[in-house]
Amino acid sequence: MALPAAVSNTGGSDMHRRKPGLLAWLILLPLVAWLLLFVVAPTIMLIVVSFAERDALGRIVYEFNLQNYARAFDWVWLKVMLLSIWYALLTTILCMALGYPVAYFIGRAPERWRTTLLLLVMVPFWTSFLIRTYAWITILSNDGLLNALLVGSGILTEPLALLYTPFAIVLGLVYNFLPFMILPIYTSVEKLDNALIEAAYDLGAGPVRAFSQVIIPLTRPGIAAGAMLVFIPSIAMFAITTLMGGGSNPTIGEVIFKQFTSGRNQPFGAALGTILLVIFLLALWLTNRQREERN
Amino acid sequence: MVFAFLYLPIALLVVFSFNSSKLNIRWEGFSTKWYEALLTNKVLITAFENSLIVALFTTLLSTFLGTIGAWMLHRYRFPYQRALALLIFIPMVMPEVLMGVSLLVLFVQFLNLPLGFTTLVISHTTFCFPFVLVGVQARLQGLDPFLEEAAMDLGATPLKAFWKVIMPYLMPAIVSGALMSFTLSLDEYIVSVFTTGAQSQTLPLKVYGMAKVGLNPQLNALSAIFIAATVVVAIISHTLARRKTP
Repeated sequence: MALPAAVSNTGGSDMHRRKPGLLAWLILLPLVAWLLLFVVAPTIMLIVVSFAERDALGRIVYEFNLQNYARAFDWVWLKVMLLSIWYALLTTILCMALGYPVAYFIGRAPERWRTTLLLLVMVPFWTSFLIRTYAWITILSNDGLLNALLVGSGILTEPLALLYTPFAIVLGLVYNFLPFMILPIYTSVEKLDNALIEAAYDLGAGPVRAFSQVIIPLTRPGIAAGAMLVFIPSIAMFAITTLMGGGSNPTIGEVIFKQFTSGRNQPFGAALGTILLVIFLLALWLTNRQREERN
Repeated sequence: MVFAFLYLPIALLVVFSFNSSKLNIRWEGFSTKWYEALLTNKVLITAFENSLIVALFTTLLSTFLGTIGAWMLHRYRFPYQRALALLIFIPMVMPEVLMGVSLLVLFVQFLNLPLGFTTLVISHTTFCFPFVLVGVQARLQGLDPFLEEAAMDLGATPLKAFWKVIMPYLMPAIVSGALMSFTLSLDEYIVSVFTTGAQSQTLPLKVYGMAKVGLNPQLNALSAIFIAATVVVAIISHTLARRKTP
């Protein structure tokens, strides 16, 4: 699997790299142990529990069965999964539409402005995502700012239900994940070769054609990376969807959360978690394959 | 326009945290009374202290694991290094819900660890140290490979060479990795909600509880403080970065 250059640095300065002795292995041991114990083991446990049952008290009974999965593909839960995927897709598309022009603008801005502009994109992102989401609650809720404005000015006679709607959910997701889209696209735009764009114009392409046939294909790696970085977390992000959606149309993350806390059906929650894990690994594999094909 | 979309909600939140009215709707005059209420809110102060404790231990552990790991993976060729790199990469991109539930299952079902500070620090470290490792590794790529040899030729032991020559070179990456771990841990809600106990409720858990109920002027004030802190940190790191690159 292709990894970011920083992680998979296997080539390059091989000349100076030694074969590890016993001491080197001992020093690396804590890291390897940590990864095995807290990344590999929990994932395996999750999958094991997803095939287990629960007793009347909600305790886990280890008896192999597939009933959790059969239940997960029940229409009720299938709908939840499809809804989550739909919200995540919508979020990804909106982030692209909003983020691409910004990334392009920053990437083509004079060099001395770029860091400052990027910083401006990042600063809201550094505050807690809960606070960013809460900011929208104060705007959208029935006694929030927007409704106060609309009713106060006489445009509406009654407050509009904005919070706890699918609109609010997607808005919250877009607001939170937009920088994830802007940064990778910006990296691609910055690398754009001006000569290629000029060549397109010289060969008679209009701005639209130059953009769609030259610029977009050249920045596709950034678009793909941004899409993955937005899509994966939005599918699973239950905190924003609960706060903005009010929990009436739960997403898969919300259902998993409930099964592990109040629902007390951990094996079923684990089965949903395993399905989410498969979606996650699939998305990861797809983007990596795309990247490898390009190289 | 996108910048307005990014900043308007936050700006409004800060402005209205000074509103003396209990509801957001009407501006009833400037007041700092919500900030005063905040300072005497024992529940929130305890939660903040808990957050700081968790973030501190997480940062120490992550920085240690990440720095040593980056150096060892740079210096030696281990078998299965690609698999290892993948395992380091996964916690950075894995949906937090998955990490939360799988760690919960591990702690409760298999390790019999009571949920609390220990489990919180373990979980936070698991997704924080890869960020330190990757940052330090990126800086190591610019390291002159003869630097360590030169130090050893001059009589330094490998340990001394690492401590006196390599570490100072890596320091900027280590510090920024540590800062990142600290903020990531301080801000973490999703993984925490699964792996915390009743005694170790952190601030984001409380903030979530308050936001879920609806509007709350004390939460406005708390948010404004956080936003101000973020802006200050951003300006400082920006000017520092400017100074470093002449």
